[in-house]
Amino acid sequence: MNATEKASAIKGGEFLIRDTPAESIFIPEEWNEEQLMIAQTCTDFLAQNVVPNLNRIDEQEEGLMQHLMEEAGQLGLLSISIPEEYGGFGKDFKTSMLVTEKLGAGNSFSVAFSAHTGIGTLPILYYGTEEQKAKYIPKLASGEWKGCYCLTEPGAGSDANSGKSRARLSEDGKHYLITGQKMWITNAGFADVFTVFAKIDDDENLSAFIVEKGFEGLSLNTEEHKMGIKGSSTRQVFFNDCKVPVENLLSERQNGFKIAVNILNLGRIKLGGATLGAGKEIINYSVRYANEREQFGRPISKYGAIRYKIAQQVIRTYASESAIYRAGQNMEEATEHMIAEGMDPIKAKLKGTEQYAIEAAIIKVDASETLDYVVDEGVQIYGGMGYSAEAPMDRAYRDSRINRIFEGTNEINRMLTVDMMLKRAMKGELNLMGPAEKVAKELMSIPDFGAAEEETLFSKEKKYIANFKKAVLMVAGAAVQKLMMQLGKEQEVLMSLADMLIELYVAESLQLRVEKLVSMRGEQEAAIQLDIMRVFINDAAEKIMKSGKEALNAFAEGDERRMMMMGLRRYTKTEDINTTQARRNIAAKVIEENKYCF
Amino acid sequence: MKILVCISQVPDTSTKIILKDNDTAINSQGTTWVINPYDEWYALIRALELKETGVASDVHLVTVGKADVEPVIRKALALGGDEAIRIDADSNDPFQTASYIADYAKSVGYDLVLVGKESIDYNNGSVGTMLAELLDADYIGFANKIQIEGSNAVVTREIEGGEETDSAALPIVISCQKGVAEARIPNMRGIMAARTKPLKVVAPATIASVTEILSYELPPAKAGIKLVSPDDMDALVELLHSEAKVI
Repeated sequence: MNATEKASAIKGGEFLIRDTPAESIFIPEEWNEEQLMIAQTCTDFLAQNVVPNLNRIDEQEEGLMQHLMEEAGQLGLLSISIPEEYGGFGKDFKTSMLVTEKLGAGNSFSVAFSAHTGIGTLPILYYGTEEQKAKYIPKLASGEWKGCYCLTEPGAGSDANSGKSRARLSEDGKHYLITGQKMWITNAGFADVFTVFAKIDDDENLSAFIVEKGFEGLSLNTEEHKMGIKGSSTRQVFFNDCKVPVENLLSERQNGFKIAVNILNLGRIKLGGATLGAGKEIINYSVRYANEREQFGRPISKYGAIRYKIAQQVIRTYASESAIYRAGQNMEEATEHMIAEGMDPIKAKLKGTEQYAIEAAIIKVDASETLDYVVDEGVQIYGGMGYSAEAPMDRAYRDSRINRIFEGTNEINRMLTVDMMLKRAMKGELNLMGPAEKVAKELMSIPDFGAAEEETLFSKEKKYIANFKKAVLMVAGAAVQKLMMQLGKEQEVLMSLADMLIELYVAESLQLRVEKLVSMRGEQEAAIQLDIMRVFINDAAEKIMKSGKEALNAFAEGDERRMMMMGLRRYTKTEDINTTQARRNIAAKVIEENKYCF
Repeated sequence: MKILVCISQVPDTSTKIILKDNDTAINSQGTTWVINPYDEWYALIRALELKETGVASDVHLVTVGKADVEPVIRKALALGGDEAIRIDADSNDPFQTASYIADYAKSVGYDLVLVGKESIDYNNGSVGTMLAELLDADYIGFANKIQIEGSNAVVTREIEGGEETDSAALPIVISCQKGVAEARIPNMRGIMAARTKPLKVVAPATIASVTEILSYELPPAKAGIKLVSPDDMDALVELLHSEAKVI
């Protein structure tokens, strides 16, 4: 991509008002040989070291998780995208996403891995001084030290900046003394390095500190008993005048909240990657079981009710994946662009990620809810065995649930999606007003009945997606106009708007992926993917319609409401297709291959 | 000491085999290819161990195949090894394959040639023996332990009811099975290094295939289980005779 194209690359949130050319996105069918080899290493590692030990991991056998982390470190899996000067491999963001995806199928191990490589390591890598990075990063990269991140408190979860932990300077000015209580701290039981958030004196905002396990005044509570991810260490961490050398302040005073938010942007898309990997593995289990389990003389994979479930698992997973890697590529390109313009690589990485914070929030919600759907149907396909702790679905079902809660609950992320979109519009970074007014004008005019445009393979779907954008602009525009400053308090409306944006973004990403795939392999080779796209977009239209209706009914009245309802119907209209046949085709393919094969 | 490890590309065991061209060929579209496990887990890893312990100076990998086998040979390089050689030919005839490899091996002169006990696709298990003959070297098959003592290879192999230990002078060809080494997973450093390691492509010697595959046949599909009442032994005997054809 040259400089002019870079400048015109789609900005974060701009998908609502601008089209993306299919050839510009990255699709997972483009992984190169080296990336596939790395992915295979992850798969082999799980198969040999993690999966045979899942019960022992869940029982929190002393030292086992640390040992697995160290083994992953020896393979280089903890330092994929850490710069080479700190002992890493300096790989691009997408490759690190691929590793997260592949290891995502490792249940509690995946959580320990993600927490260590993400929130446990990145705050120091991105915000640390040279001395801090030189001291901590190589050991975190190798797995010799394990990291964790202490933000949440008993009274400060979603509202993270309201934490009560305090830090004060010691009389000799050499230490900060931190006092407070942190909870739900992943990896706390075996972590050597803790990134801790606390307010200095009466500051308005949090600051961040690097705390070592051996610092005086740090203590741990016992392990929490959790619904799932039982093998992941989760503890409360207590700080009682914990003595932290002043040079361990991370970044500037009061910059902690910004660190927390920026790290979360990355964490959200990475969570998407991890849930994707888990989902694919659940589909593998589901298909294998359906092919083996016989009832009424035939494998249950022969029955339409089961085929429908398998197809839906595949459709949602494939769609979700399309969005994850599209956004991942956007972040990577934005980062490279800023580096090329002379920005410090780490700053560029943060800026590049922040630019697509809306997409990261969308992905966090979509991918975690997709996995929950996939495991729920996985349990159902397994039938009675799905409810047995002997079969893999029991653990998968319980382990999946946390993904809708951590890295910002899905409710917080839904609100953030809309909030960030509107804030960017107000700042003039996103021109939502122009397109929204255009849609409003179009509503008043006679509908365009489509003067015979030339029909191409994707013309219908492209038209539907263009219309979905109009639907979102119409409902969101009206909500802003009607509710104005009250909109932030109308959370139900915000949820509906977010749902519309999520469906739109995923549907568009899927359409672009399949379009690019067809250009690479031809229509015949992509026949199943075309079915996936058609069914997903068909269903997305109905979901966008439903969410739009709910939002409009909350604030619009009379003729205006009637007119917008008509508009909504117009913008979510799709031609009827035989979704049953399409789902049968999709299921038949994975049933024949006996695995998720896309 | 120079070691040559023979690497074969085989379909992943979960691959569904589909025949084409009137059952005279295998449709390889969509096949996932892997390194033959006996070559990878045992022969290659033992060669690497011998290098790591200073016994061997060079470990070379050789495969016979067209350009599409390169991802698999690079995966082998990611595990270790100094260079790879791809003999640019397609062959599933063991004599032809062994002759190609022998022709190249003679040009370098290896002290030890390690092969897997068989490849899991055609299961001929004969390249190693043929190679030894063509190189005029000794051969020990089905090793489960290999040590190098001076200029001898000391090899333990399973025999009926126990084990035997053989000692033979180098150069030698040894076929490897379980026990020779522990499988490893390629690490990031190895994967990245594999890109820059030499992968030489050499033209095959002119050697004709001595076998021809006339046709392939898939194993019969698994039949469903038939339940026979314990009171009806005649029905069971009839089924065993006419359907299972075992009595």
